[in-house]
Parts: sequence; C-alpha cells; structure tokens
Amino acid sequence: MNHIALKMLVGDKGKYLGIVMGLTFASLIMTQQPAIFLGIMTRTFSFISDVGLPDIWVMDAKVQFVDDIKPLQDTELYRVRGISGVDWAMPMYKGLLKARLADGTFQTCVVVGLDDATLIGGPPIMLEGSIEDLRRSDGVIVDVDGAKNKLAKIPRTPGGKPVPLRVGDSLELNDRRAIVVGIAKVTRTFQAQPVVYTTYSRARNYAPRERKLLSFILVKAKQGQDLPELTRRIRQSTGLAAYTRTEFIDLTYKYFLKNTGIPINFGISVLLGFIVGAAIAGQTFYNFTLDNLRQFGVLKAMGASNWVLLRMILLQAILVGSIGYGLGVGLTALFGYSMRDTILAFKFPWQLLVFSGAGVSLICAFAAIISILKVIRLEPAIVFKS
Amino acid sequence: MDANALAVRCQNIVKVYDTGDQKVTALNGINLDIAMGELMMLVGPSGCGKTTLISIIAGILNQDEGSCELFGENLIAMHSQDKLRFRARNIGFVFQAFNLLPSLTATENVSIPLIINGAKRIEAERKANIVLEQVGLGDRVTSLPSQLSGGQQQRVAIARALVHSPRLIVCDEPTSSLDHETGHTVMELLKDVALHKDRTLVVVTHDSRIFNFADRIAEMDDGHIVKIENTVMAH
Repeated sequence: MNHIALKMLVGDKGKYLGIVMGLTFASLIMTQQPAIFLGIMTRTFSFISDVGLPDIWVMDAKVQFVDDIKPLQDTELYRVRGISGVDWAMPMYKGLLKARLADGTFQTCVVVGLDDATLIGGPPIMLEGSIEDLRRSDGVIVDVDGAKNKLAKIPRTPGGKPVPLRVGDSLELNDRRAIVVGIAKVTRTFQAQPVVYTTYSRARNYAPRERKLLSFILVKAKQGQDLPELTRRIRQSTGLAAYTRTEFIDLTYKYFLKNTGIPINFGISVLLGFIVGAAIAGQTFYNFTLDNLRQFGVLKAMGASNWVLLRMILLQAILVGSIGYGLGVGLTALFGYSMRDTILAFKFPWQLLVFSGAGVSLICAFAAIISILKVIRLEPAIVFKS
Repeated sequence: MDANALAVRCQNIVKVYDTGDQKVTALNGINLDIAMGELMMLVGPSGCGKTTLISIIAGILNQDEGSCELFGENLIAMHSQDKLRFRARNIGFVFQAFNLLPSLTATENVSIPLIINGAKRIEAERKANIVLEQVGLGDRVTSLPSQLSGGQQQRVAIARALVHSPRLIVCDEPTSSLDHETGHTVMELLKDVALHKDRTLVVVTHDSRIFNFADRIAEMDDGHIVKIENTVMAH
C-alpha cells in the first residue's frame, strides 16, 4: 500500500507543496536562527579559543568575562611563575584603544600585547608576514577583516572602494606610530572591532598611563599536572582568579547568556518558527487527510485495516517531513555559505541538525497523530454517502 | 429458499441512529434472503433505509438487533480483523460517486483490492489490466480518473469490484451519476461480467429505468421492506 500512500500524497500537488513548504520553513527557522545564535555566542569567547597554547588563564578575581578587563600589577606575573606545577607564565595586555587612520578618523581597536620574548598568545593564522615581525620597530599585526574594513584607507577615487590596510602601512595608536608588519586571520569577536597585535611592552606604551596594565597571565602547566588542582593552587596562592581555557570559555559564555537578551530573542524566533511551522504543516497535513477521508473510507470498506491506514499516513508524514527537513537544512547551509565572508555570525554544528530534526519529527508526529485518530474513528459507511 | 444456496440472510434487522437530540429508526425489523447468483435491487424513497441495509449486508455497519448472515457467516459475531479479511475477500463495492482514488491510474485503482488481500503489486496490476480489458477499458489502463468520462470511471469501479473475484458485489446507485444510455451500458456490463451462479449482486437504486435488470426487487419504505417483486417471473 506504500505506493498508494505516496501517490495519494503527491497527487494533490498544491497541498503536498503546502505541507513541504511549512515544514521547510519550520526546519529553516529552527536551524538558521540557532546557527546565528551559536555564531554570536561563539564570538563571545573566540578570543580565548584563538589563544591555543596556554592551559590556564589567570586574572583579577572580579573578572566576569573575557572583555571585562580588570588589570593586575606586573608583580602578579612573578608570583604565578613561582607556583609549583607552572611550566611558564606569560603576560598579556588586552584593551580597547583608538587608532587614528590615514583619513584622520578614529577607530576603536582591540589591542593585544604579547610577551616580548616568546610572543605567546599571538594570532592563530598569519596571512602575510610572520609573528616574529612584531620584533621590528613599531610593528603591529592587524586582523584581515579589520584591515579590509574598519581600518581600510580612503578610496583612491571618490566613491571607490576603500583600500585595505597592507604590510608597510602605518597608523597611529594613542599618538604613537604603528607599522603594519603582518596580516592575520582571527576569529571575529563579539565586539567586532579590529584586532591589533603587538608586543606587551609596546602595548603598554600605546595604552594610556595607568598603574596596572597586565590584563591576563597565560600559564602553561608542567607535563602531567592536574589542571583543576593547579588552578586551585594559583587561586589559593595569589588570590587571583584562575581558569582552565574551558572554564574561562564557560564563564564568558554564561555571562552573555545571563546578562544579555540574545538567548531570549533568538529563543523567541526559534519558538515562533516552530509554532508557525507546526501550525502550517500540521494544519495542511490534517486538511490533506480530511480531504482524503473518503478515500481512506473506501480503503477501509474494501478491507484495509486501521494498521495499514496508519502505516500509510505515517509514511506520508515521514516523506513530507524528510523533504521539508532536508530543504530547510539545505537552505540554512546555503545561507551560511553565502554569508561566510560577511560580518554575520553563523555556526552550524551537527547538534543543530539533530535539534531541528527532532523539531520537524515532532511536528510530523503531531500532524500524523491527529490525522490517524480521524482515520481510525472513521466509519467506512461514509463511502455510501454521496 | 434453500438456506445453503443463500448469499445473504437478514433476520429481524433493526438499526437506530442516535443523533443526540433524537433517535431515528433507519431499519425496523428487516427480513430478507438473497440467493446465490441473484441480482437483487433495493428500491425506495430517500431515507427509507436502503443504504443502511447494504452497509449492514456488506459488514461495514453493525445492526442493533437481529442477525445478518453472509454466506453462512454471522458478521457481527466475527472478530474485527476476521471481519476485515472476510470483507476484503468476499465483497466488492460499486459506488454512486465511483470513489476512485484520483491520483491513481485505472490499473492502480483496480489493483487495490488485490493488494489489500496481500497480492504483490506487479501481479495485482497484471490481473487488474485483464479485468479492465474485460470491461472494455484495455486502452485506458494508464488513465487517471480525471481523464475518463463518468461511464468509463464507473467501469473502472466495476473492474475494481470484480478483480478479486468476490462472492457479493454491493452497488450503491451505480447509474445515478450517468446518463440513461451509459447507465444502461453499465448495468449490462454488471449483469454480463459480474453476475454468475457463484456471485450475488445487491443494487441500491432510484433509477426505475434499470429495474428490468433485477431478478428481484425489494421495495423499502420507512425502514421496512414493503414488497418484494420477482421480476424474472414478470419477464
């Protein structure tokens, strides 16, 4: 009876497309909106995940997330280095500074100062130049998105495209000259500001005079060290906060979840998508069954059991569900691909496929159940009514 | 009438519809025997209980009182699954509105009873095409119902009722959607192809122009059979 069920389904093209479109819409909303949400949330901790080498981040105990900088005294670095189990500990400066561009305008940048000797904490991918070039006089490395957009030079012709910042170009950071010695690829951050890497000592010169300028201490544990135990020791010995990278990511992620409206806004979108998709697809599928009630009645009169009719309806629901889900997920993937080089945040992990798959399955199950109940209760004598 | 030669034996059938506000007695003590190989017509005004009676005879509606035996089997006493199987094997249906599945071809529509009875699709369609040939639609096997005339659709419906060789065919107003000539052709077809000594036809109709095809006519009114006329004798 499977081919009969499928032919009944696709025979009414208008309704069939309506059901598929409803499910496609639901699947699209249930994947696209969470993918943007995840993309944005990933950006909140992208700075931490880009710094791959250290095991532990040490900071002021009041720091709530990665951009919540509460500087430390430089002497804290030496205290951390003295704790047993620490292989090495390096300073890192992170702050927002204004860069003066060639056209005289100002652009706020995230300036990251790396340990002068080791340059630990540098950008993950160098596109032009090398990280060692930071040792050159006034050298800075600029992220490629910043170089192309916010830090780009004025167009050569009026109305033309801005000219990307390149190696050899200069800019001013707090009235001090900075020469671009490299272009790096970094993961976009939540603030979406250009990221400028330089040495720790040079960053201190760029930054306004303050008593404390050390943002983070990056710690590598000795081989075989238990990281939670080491973080506990650092906290006990220094009174500072110490987190493994995962813990620091969690701290940042949870801060944004709790203190911004992002999850609620996206949650509402996803919920609305689910409800609208369920309403459209469920209602259309139910109407489709109602329209075919007489046909189901004919099959029932001819001896088809409720179980056979139930299987037919389930097959129809599975088919439209699979097609709608596939189209929705495909459109989301296409959307993500077309937005890959834009400022839009987008992250599409496999878990999202499972989530939307479960959502679409729920809609189909709901639509199928109400349809099945109608068919099971159907009196086959309906066939004799003209 | 010899009980062994009976296709249908209805005894004191009562059926009451409960519409909430009131109870409507559709059948009130129906007694009717239909012999094997007989073409019985049920006639009467609208609402007299004809359709209710063939629904009970066909086992798709349960009576409230009385018994209805089909080929010696008491349908109401059967387990629902056994009843379904019995119906699938032994009964064919021809409806007023044809009730063909609109998205299936003639072959696919006709093959449904065989598939319900467990036949493989290819075998079912092969047999369906043979029966379609018998009803004169050998050249329209791939047509959808919407591509067929009313008469052709009814012939497909007859082929569907015949394909699994049932012992009883119930027809509900088989000619009322057709013009006189086509209706006449359909009845000739039913009588020639469907009726034989091992198969019984029960036809509900208003159409007095086809009364002459009946072996017997049971006239109903207000839930009773008021008269049974033997037309074979009259012919």
